[in-house]
Amino acid sequence: MFESLSSKLDKAFKNLKGQGKITEINVAETVKEIRKALIDADVNYKIAKQFTDTVKEKALGQNVLTSVSPGQLLVKIVNDELTELLGGKTENINTSGNPSIILMAGLQGSGKTTHSAKLANYFKKQGKSVLLAAADVYRPAAIEQLKVLGEQIEVPVYFEMENKNPVEIAQNAVKAAKDGNHKILIIDTAGRLSIDEEMMAEIGNIKATVQPQEILFVVDSMTGQDAVNTAKAFNDVLDFTGVILTKLDGDTRGGAALSIKTVVQKPIKFVGMGEKMEALDVFHPDRMAQRILGMGDIVTLVERAQSVFDEEEAAKIQKKLLKDQFTFEDFYSQIQQIKKMGNLKDLMAMIPGVGKAIKDIDISDDAFKGIEAIINSMTPAERRTPDILNGSRRKRVADGSGTDIQQVNQLLKQFEEMRKMMRTMNKMQGAGLSMKNLPFRR
Amino acid sequence: MGIFNFFSKEKKEKLDQGLEKTKTSLFDKISKAIAGKSSVDDDFLDQLEEILVSSDVGIHTTLKIIDRLQARVAKDKYVGTSELNAMLKQEIALLLDENKNENLSSFENLPGQKPYVIMVVGVNGVGKTTTIGKLANQFKKAGKKVVLGAGDTFRAAAVEQLKIWGTRNGVHVVSHGMNTDPASVAFDAVQYAKDNDADVCIIDTAGRLHNKIGLMDELSKIKRVMSKVQEGTPHEVLLVLDASTGQNAFEQAKQFTAATEVNALALTKLDGTAKGGVVIGIADQFKIPVKYIGVGEGIDDLQVFNKVEFVDSLFN
Ligand SMILES: Nc1nc2c(ncn2[C@@H]2O[C@H](COP(=O)(O)OP(=O)(O)OP(=O)(O)O)[C@@H](O)[C@H]2O)c(=O)[nH]1
Ligand SMILES: Nc1nc2c(ncn2[C@@H]2O[C@H](COP(=O)(O)OP(=O)(O)OP(=O)(O)O)[C@@H](O)[C@H]2O)c(=O)[nH]1
Ligand SMILES: [Mg+2]
Ligand SMILES: [Mg+2]
Repeated sequence: MFESLSSKLDKAFKNLKGQGKITEINVAETVKEIRKALIDADVNYKIAKQFTDTVKEKALGQNVLTSVSPGQLLVKIVNDELTELLGGKTENINTSGNPSIILMAGLQGSGKTTHSAKLANYFKKQGKSVLLAAADVYRPAAIEQLKVLGEQIEVPVYFEMENKNPVEIAQNAVKAAKDGNHKILIIDTAGRLSIDEEMMAEIGNIKATVQPQEILFVVDSMTGQDAVNTAKAFNDVLDFTGVILTKLDGDTRGGAALSIKTVVQKPIKFVGMGEKMEALDVFHPDRMAQRILGMGDIVTLVERAQSVFDEEEAAKIQKKLLKDQFTFEDFYSQIQQIKKMGNLKDLMAMIPGVGKAIKDIDISDDAFKGIEAIINSMTPAERRTPDILNGSRRKRVADGSGTDIQQVNQLLKQFEEMRKMMRTMNKMQGAGLSMKNLPFRR
Repeated sequence: MGIFNFFSKEKKEKLDQGLEKTKTSLFDKISKAIAGKSSVDDDFLDQLEEILVSSDVGIHTTLKIIDRLQARVAKDKYVGTSELNAMLKQEIALLLDENKNENLSSFENLPGQKPYVIMVVGVNGVGKTTTIGKLANQFKKAGKKVVLGAGDTFRAAAVEQLKIWGTRNGVHVVSHGMNTDPASVAFDAVQYAKDNDADVCIIDTAGRLHNKIGLMDELSKIKRVMSKVQEGTPHEVLLVLDASTGQNAFEQAKQFTAATEVNALALTKLDGTAKGGVVIGIADQFKIPVKYIGVGEGIDDLQVFNKVEFVDSLFN
């Protein structure tokens, strides 16, 4: 899935490369690809649409004032805007109460119990006295789970084995925290569905009774389109103060973060990065933005590419392609362009989805050496008209370049195939212009 | 706030309203349909796209469904909305059907093997242990002797949790306690089931994210070790997916299949607002049938997957 996304984005960016200004037409395809990327990342359908519409507006507006290249501009706008939306002011946990009460809420299995303990550990490390409270009376072994975690981090746990009333337990826990002089009380609650009225009323009652300083909505970062509904429903009942985004140690793109942020406008205060008690991190909007876009460091890549890519040279090659006059000389100069962009492995690693795959593979910067040597051993006439390369000429080129005849043959074959492909691509592009611009469909 | 007023109050209200009214009037939109139409209008397709994507079907599968619907309509024509409706649902069901998705699997008639061994896998918190508790109940009600294996020796109180389900069902739980080797628990559980003439043996495993190579290797090992008790064990590798999970479920299916040859899916938490549409693409791409659905936290809240009902639910 990552592959197809990165290649699609590449294609979309190619459409923009070398064009002077952003117009409705040249930006439409890219905007569509970005929208798809967002939805693939589980950003809510409507929010993705709204977001890209706004980005487009912004891009179209700016064009008049600046002379930045369109690709660079658009990618930057998307990236910056996403970072901005995800971020905002970073608020800490409010610990002004005495004790300060933190209430945990969320769907089943999202990570409430684990993160109650992680938070307790976090505050304990700051030298604060913490009490955990087990107010999940439903899930089998929920109290036991919190007790085990409490023991691990050496934080006391308040529980009532026989009491089936979470509101009472929470209330009693507050008293216990006061009696024990604990600075912070973290209340773990049972997982509940936002449409379960009884259970939502119950947590509403806990809130009303203990009046927590913080109510944290704990949500699984792998959540899909439903994130908006759930976040909204919990927020309607609890008016929560922040979000904990869990299980980010996985490979989910985490678009739910954007959906939730947009719908409830509450800060993401922590992220969960594993099952261990230390795996709690503060939230980095910039990292999250790039993760959602699945763009790796494509922003940097585009910038670098833009800075070295010779626009005139590109135009010349484009024209030659159209006229089917692409030669080995052009090919050679393209290789030089690519090399100017920097270390090959670094560059490839910036392409979304590629980074991880090539981490342990050894790619030398000499990847082009053989090709360059072969082209260098050709005469100017041969470079311009590869068709004249018969058997004896090929042998000479192979000898001259220190390669063998198979390698020369292979390069010639690849070159021919490339030309053929470019011819068809040119034809297709011509036809594509008249197609209707439907959402996601062509 | 954003540089430009993305969050203007007006816009946000509109968004909220929009979110509420999704998934309502797909077929109302085309009530004006003309008899014998051989194409589907763009308005309808836009709405369909939105409904499917909003149910986590994913863009790729959504486009596939739309293509198939268009091809079907071009060939068969339709005379009214109800016909188009039926065509659409059939095309979606076909994606599930093409994989010989058994609508009727029963708890009474188990395949020949005895004990029939089910290994339950999945990422953290999806509902593996709960599903095992519910399955044990169903098998027991069908008159089968059931044994459970407490193979999650890692998560706090995981063994305790499974034991409670064992007690609820009155079935034996094989356990070595916490922080022990899960593979040897699995081995012993299968051995116990065999020695005690059990019909079904279900092995719980710790939740793990599919990108953790070490943990996935461990899972492969647990599976391998079981086959040493009896060839062909486990017979069923059940991947549990949470209906609220988005497109990441694809990667989960891919990686868990690579590690353990998953051959059945369970989709949990369908009692919530999430639709679980991602399984359509998963069933289609990996040719793995959805076997069970979870519809609550109670012992009876498990159903055999019914594709017609499932497809209907996408449009309600
Ligand atoms: N990899 C990973 N696993 C996590 C993270 N947070 C929680 N988990 C795991 O997710 C599973 C569910 O976590 P819990 O803390 O039990 O979730 P909960 O919200 O309390 O669940 P209920 O009480 O049943 O609603 C457990 O296996 C945890 O170990 C995280 O950040 N990363
Ligand atoms: N509403 C609802 N909740 C469910 C369903 N299935 C499981 N749950 C709840 O989801 C939470 C997690 O379930 P578990 O069975 O502990 O999940 P798990 O996959 O074993 O979790 P780990 O072992 O921690 O990875 C619990 O609170 C369950 O009660 C379901 O079908 N509907
Ligand atoms: Mg819990
Ligand atoms: Mg479990």
